Amino acid sequence: MTGADFTPNEMMTIAASRALGNDDVCFVGIGAPSAACNIARLTHAPDITLIYESGTIGTAPDVLPLSIGDGELCDTALTTVPVPEMFRYWLQGGRITIGFLGAAQIDRFGNINTTVVGEYEHPRVRLPGGGGAPEIASSSQEVYVTLAQSRRAMVEKIDFFTSFGHGEGGDHRQRLGIDTRGPTLLITDLAIWRPDPQTKEFTVVSLHPGVRREMVQETCGWTVRFAERVEETPPPTEQELSILRDLKARTEAAHKGR
Amino acid sequence: MARFLPLSQAVSENLHDGDSVAFEGFTHLIPTAAAHEAIRQGFRDLTLIRMTPDVVYDQMIGMGMARKLVFSYAGNPGVGLLRRLRDAVENGFPNALEIEEHSHAAMANAYEAGAAGMPCAVFRGYRGAELARVNPNIRFIECPFTGEELAAVPALRPDVAFIHAQKADRRGNVLVEGIVGIQKEAVLAARRAVATVEEVVEDFDDQHPNLTILPHWTITAISVVPGGAHPSYAHGYYARDNAAYLEWDKVAADRDVFRDWMDRNVFQARVEDFEQRVEKLRVAG
Repeated sequence: MTGADFTPNEMMTIAASRALGNDDVCFVGIGAPSAACNIARLTHAPDITLIYESGTIGTAPDVLPLSIGDGELCDTALTTVPVPEMFRYWLQGGRITIGFLGAAQIDRFGNINTTVVGEYEHPRVRLPGGGGAPEIASSSQEVYVTLAQSRRAMVEKIDFFTSFGHGEGGDHRQRLGIDTRGPTLLITDLAIWRPDPQTKEFTVVSLHPGVRREMVQETCGWTVRFAERVEETPPPTEQELSILRDLKARTEAAHKGR
Repeated sequence: MARFLPLSQAVSENLHDGDSVAFEGFTHLIPTAAAHEAIRQGFRDLTLIRMTPDVVYDQMIGMGMARKLVFSYAGNPGVGLLRRLRDAVENGFPNALEIEEHSHAAMANAYEAGAAGMPCAVFRGYRGAELARVNPNIRFIECPFTGEELAAVPALRPDVAFIHAQKADRRGNVLVEGIVGIQKEAVLAARRAVATVEEVVEDFDDQHPNLTILPHWTITAISVVPGGAHPSYAHGYYARDNAAYLEWDKVAADRDVFRDWMDRNVFQARVEDFEQRVEKLRVAG
């Protein structure tokens, strides 16, 4: 086994996949979360239930979907339900253990913006919007977030509260009557973060191999807090890497093919 | 009572300037051929409704057909942003666009309320979400039994809904399968409904008893348009043209490239061209 030859992005996907277990019922956001969830399924969690908002329950795609509604998801699903049922019975009903989201912008309390950069009425950049995320963030039992670090993405103050994380921190969720746990894990290409038990501010608990604290700070728009004891993330195993690379290669070929 | 019509007639009889219209399809079965026919007929001042406005709404907005957009996720799924929509929202080009923005849960509930004949939908949502600040159609009510605060949004009742489906039978019953999305609710919520279908079969007698079938008396008009969902897909018929979605990102990035693409692929194209576009995407079935 060698830990030397992998990209930060591969480390991010693999670290995120390790956080998922066989018994999880995971509502999968598109992009980085989708790769991580499927790597979990193809390695240590073969029985994980993956759910996409298009209504596919227990799906096991051979290639990563480009959209949340690719035919591959339906073909390999246990069952496919209408979209209102997806959001009412399965998400609002409390049956999702982990909502797995990406983010265009995130703050230190795990609040997410995927709506606009700038003012809502006169945005500098009009982003796609919330989609399923506002209710995934509040109705899933807990929320994992994954994104590559940059000062543009990890900001002191997000421009719009698309999906509520821990708000201003502390017990803000409870004060709004939200009884789910909210963001409990943030996996970036450099580190693993967990919310402080009291303040709920995301705190670095593990650095990926070869990553120094300055690198985390340089790519983050707020002053980073590190846990008292910061671990080193175990590097990807050969098996994890080869499964991830095979999946990416299959996916790329499938999406280019006409 | 469903009438089988050529697509041009189905669109001209059921869509009018100023209408609120839903061309629904959740990634799957997007009624592209119907949307292109609407573009060729040049409707104006439309309120476009859809959970996931993607390429066809980018096209309609880019052609200046829309006054307002009601939506919950406006992106090119898996690819990025909708660049004609961005141009309208950020720069008012080709015209300013009013937007009413929701979450998926809200839109799904609102269609369901429309189908159920309710004035509004009630659900547990928008908690801590800022959309409630910028959209006056998001309000909160108290549960009369538990006191819990719940979100409420008005029911969606489009003037007309367009869907694409796999099959109609001779009587005009319409069968949808695979990712069924929100189409059934959109049809039942709308005052008029137009379906394009891949093919017409004799009847559905030998089908599984729990399939999603819209009775012929819920559909206003049906047009047979093989390939009519391209570059989306039709489960059991042809695959999603992911390459076309990737290409759209480049086309829509530039106003002139966009107009040129629309001229060649919509204005100078015919309904029958859809069948040839999916030829290489056909699945063994």
